Amino acid sequence: MITDQYTLTDEQIRLRKEVRAFADEFLVPNANEFDRQEILPREIIREMASRSYLGATIPAEYGGRGMDQLAYGILNEEIGRGCSSARSLITVHSSIVAETILRWGTKEQKASWLPLMAKGEKIGAFGLSEPFVGSDAKSIQTTYEETDDCFILTGTKKWITFAQIADLIVIVARNGEQTSAFLVENTLPGFEMIPIKGMLGTKASMLAEIRLTNVKVPKNCLLGIKGMGFMQIVNTGLDNGRYSVACGSLGIALAALEDSINYAKSRIQFDVPLRDHQLIKQKIANMTAGVKAARLLCYNAGALRNRKDPSSLIQTSLAKYFASKVAFEAATEAVQLHGANGCHDEYNVNRYFRDAKVMEIIEGSSEIQQLLISKYALDELDTILES
Amino acid sequence: MEVKEKVKEFLQKKIGQDKSFSLDDNIFKQGLVNSLFALELVVFLENTFSIAVENEDLNLENFNSVNNIDNFIARKKA
Repeated sequence: MITDQYTLTDEQIRLRKEVRAFADEFLVPNANEFDRQEILPREIIREMASRSYLGATIPAEYGGRGMDQLAYGILNEEIGRGCSSARSLITVHSSIVAETILRWGTKEQKASWLPLMAKGEKIGAFGLSEPFVGSDAKSIQTTYEETDDCFILTGTKKWITFAQIADLIVIVARNGEQTSAFLVENTLPGFEMIPIKGMLGTKASMLAEIRLTNVKVPKNCLLGIKGMGFMQIVNTGLDNGRYSVACGSLGIALAALEDSINYAKSRIQFDVPLRDHQLIKQKIANMTAGVKAARLLCYNAGALRNRKDPSSLIQTSLAKYFASKVAFEAATEAVQLHGANGCHDEYNVNRYFRDAKVMEIIEGSSEIQQLLISKYALDELDTILES
Repeated sequence: MEVKEKVKEFLQKKIGQDKSFSLDDNIFKQGLVNSLFALELVVFLENTFSIAVENEDLNLENFNSVNNIDNFIARKKA
């Protein structure tokens, strides 16, 4: 049943106000400059950490804020509304790395990393993509060999979000047909990081290429079961990441809508505000419907994740697919509505447009999500429609 | 509903109502499931039978047939 399962609690409503106030003070006025500089400043990361936004879903016993998934979705939505690059830090650090360690890490791995990650003293990143491997992730070429006392990793990872400042990177590597995941510190000999500049969107996400040359990783840094890197670690990490990206996409769409409403009220053309033109009203109506529908899908996924419902996985995929599509459509309309102003980087909609395109590609492209969604629709439509 | 029935009902939905399988059929070898299935199965078992699946439980033989899942649940509950 889908009735009323995502009515927000007073605490969740307070959280939205808190995060929105943070975003309006620290992110919204500065995000265009972060975008130009292609850097998320350390002081912003510290401000986020001081509010436990980097340890949002890490339990209190490890020093985190212990948010439920619906609250976490709101956090991603509001941070994403302010700055997609700041949201992408939460996605990789908190959703993909910390939550996956929390789910599958050993007691020692949790005790070692989660308190530091909760405080933002150590930053996490996820090393899956490679120069020649994107959606076909099972074809990764980075290898590992096992010796008596360590694993030896060799290969290149590319497009790794926040790898410029990450201390801990989950590296996915293969040994023949087996794939495993490892917790790799950036201080290990043979670890090299090369910053990537010139991205289209989420430009302050500080991407990097990582080159691993015979990096010796201690045995206790294996994350999860050896040989189950995809089934266990990659799938868990990407499912967590997809939820964050879904809600972050919703944030972009919301920002595009809010900026468009404000502009439509203040911009005068043909002696009347834009809001009085019928075709502008049409755009606002379409954007509003998209934002509302995306929010319902995101919150539905959040509620299912809270209940640990198995259908939460496909509902998260559906929310990610739809919300990223809505974000790009809304941002496109927002640029159109802003005219020449929207084509300049002093206006936020310019950034939303570029950031939204990225959302349709990361954490499983729209095409990969469509394959998954259609598989469910063909085999068990009720799972999608009734959960 | 006993464990086997609940598991069979869940798997039948995943595999498709038009496909048949026995309690001993290896559902992974049949190639009838997608990449999200393994995680969904873990979440389903944890949620339905109030157990926690740990790293050491992640042996495919615990999950590859209805009978093996039934045995696994019994061991976790013991």
